[in-house]
Amino acid sequence: MRSKGVTMADIVVEVKELTKRYDKLIAVDRVSFEIYQGEILGLLGPNGAGKTTMIQMLLGLLIPTTGEIKILGMDLARHREAILSQVNFSSAYVAMPYSLTVIENLTVFARLYGIKEPKIKIETLLRTFEMETMRTTLTGTLSSGQVTRLCLAKALLNDPKILFLDEPTVSLDPDMADKTRSLLKGLRSRTGLTILYTSHNMREMEEMCDRILFLNKGHLIAAGTPQELLKQFGKENLEEVFLKIAREKEAS
Amino acid sequence: MKLHRILAIALRHLYLYKRSLSRLMEIFYWPLLDLLVWGFITIYLEQFRGTLPNFVAFFLGALILWDILYRSQQGISVSFLEEVWSRNLLNLFVSPLRPGEFLIATMLISVFKLLSAALVTVVLAWLMYSFNIFLIGVALIPFVLNLILMGWAIGIVTTTLILRYGQKAEILAWGLAFLFQPVSAVFYPVSVLPIFLQKIAWFIPATHVFEGMRSVIRKQGLPIEHLVWAFGLNTVYLLAAVLLFYHIFTIVRQKGLLLRVGE
Repeated sequence: MRSKGVTMADIVVEVKELTKRYDKLIAVDRVSFEIYQGEILGLLGPNGAGKTTMIQMLLGLLIPTTGEIKILGMDLARHREAILSQVNFSSAYVAMPYSLTVIENLTVFARLYGIKEPKIKIETLLRTFEMETMRTTLTGTLSSGQVTRLCLAKALLNDPKILFLDEPTVSLDPDMADKTRSLLKGLRSRTGLTILYTSHNMREMEEMCDRILFLNKGHLIAAGTPQELLKQFGKENLEEVFLKIAREKEAS
Repeated sequence: MKLHRILAIALRHLYLYKRSLSRLMEIFYWPLLDLLVWGFITIYLEQFRGTLPNFVAFFLGALILWDILYRSQQGISVSFLEEVWSRNLLNLFVSPLRPGEFLIATMLISVFKLLSAALVTVVLAWLMYSFNIFLIGVALIPFVLNLILMGWAIGIVTTTLILRYGQKAEILAWGLAFLFQPVSAVFYPVSVLPIFLQKIAWFIPATHVFEGMRSVIRKQGLPIEHLVWAFGLNTVYLLAAVLLFYHIFTIVRQKGLLLRVGE
């Protein structure tokens, strides 16, 4: 649900008629949506729905077949560098160089993003993610949960205006997952951070997201607040909505 | 000991060869290259029947200079592979980093690597074999520069192929430079090669460097013509390699292969 007084000027991501076609396969088919400033938008759908393709296109890793992506008012195709310096990304499926220490990894990315006072920023993030004692620990010796925290710290180095998070809590224990969710929500309230969030944890999606987009076979089949989606599909919770959609996909 | 378990492991490895051209190539590639290089060296030595002048200088000089080319190429392709192995490629390319900036950074690393390696080999050659590479004189500078440029061109092409075809092309990072070794006349003059290979050899920048090196050792003066050819060819190849890299990078972004490079 968006805060009151949202106007068109608050749109930070604008996707119009986005299509990605690989030969005969249409991974994303004429999808349009907006993300508003300070919003946490969830991207849901069964495997093969087009979520990863969508995120890759929004990050400029994949060139769309047709359609338009505007981020922070700029056309992604023409202003990739300017946009990427103001957004960031973290995924449970992407790691960091394992032969570098925690501090070395964060230093490299702080330089890549041109952070003005990298040491202060890194120390703040290490405290935030409870990693102060791991400064000189080799990334390869961290647990998967610790690597996820390191990736999240990396994703916040440049104080992004938009954060793309692909299953950010998948390898965290319940305590750290809860802390991470609280941290992200806190960041959103303090800084107006916008987040695009994917997860297969339906309770998490209900808790975190203001709005959810449901993708299936590359189509946007439903969009709304979690409550609106429950009403639309006549279900008690998002998990039931997800199962209904996924099984309809299998049946077809 | 159970035969079925031994065969299961053998089968697991044979499955790899069924679908991997690079693994199949590896079986034949190195023996073939060794045969070519050592075969031509033997022919060369046979021609002189043990009376080859400056024998040590020819071989050790060639070995040290070849290593410069190899390290230069490795600096680029192995640096790229490091990102693939650590699943860090996406982190880099969702940052404002430009592909060209990435390439330049790997070129810097290659210079660091080859200087470090050269320092060790030069000192060891001097201590162990009393061979001083600096006897080549000022010509050493353009020779080394040309080998670095050629190494960069091969490194960029290798990186491009890994970017396009993923880890199955990884083997090229160690093998592609050596494809040029028999034809580059590293350890023997071009005249030793068969005529058709001689024609190919003159289009390889390293050939001009090694021919030039032998000419300097024989005290035949600075080989200006060879240096001009080497710089000219390197300029063309380096430019072509960079253009190929950008072209393939666009294809990779169209096909969504960046996420799958590590597979």
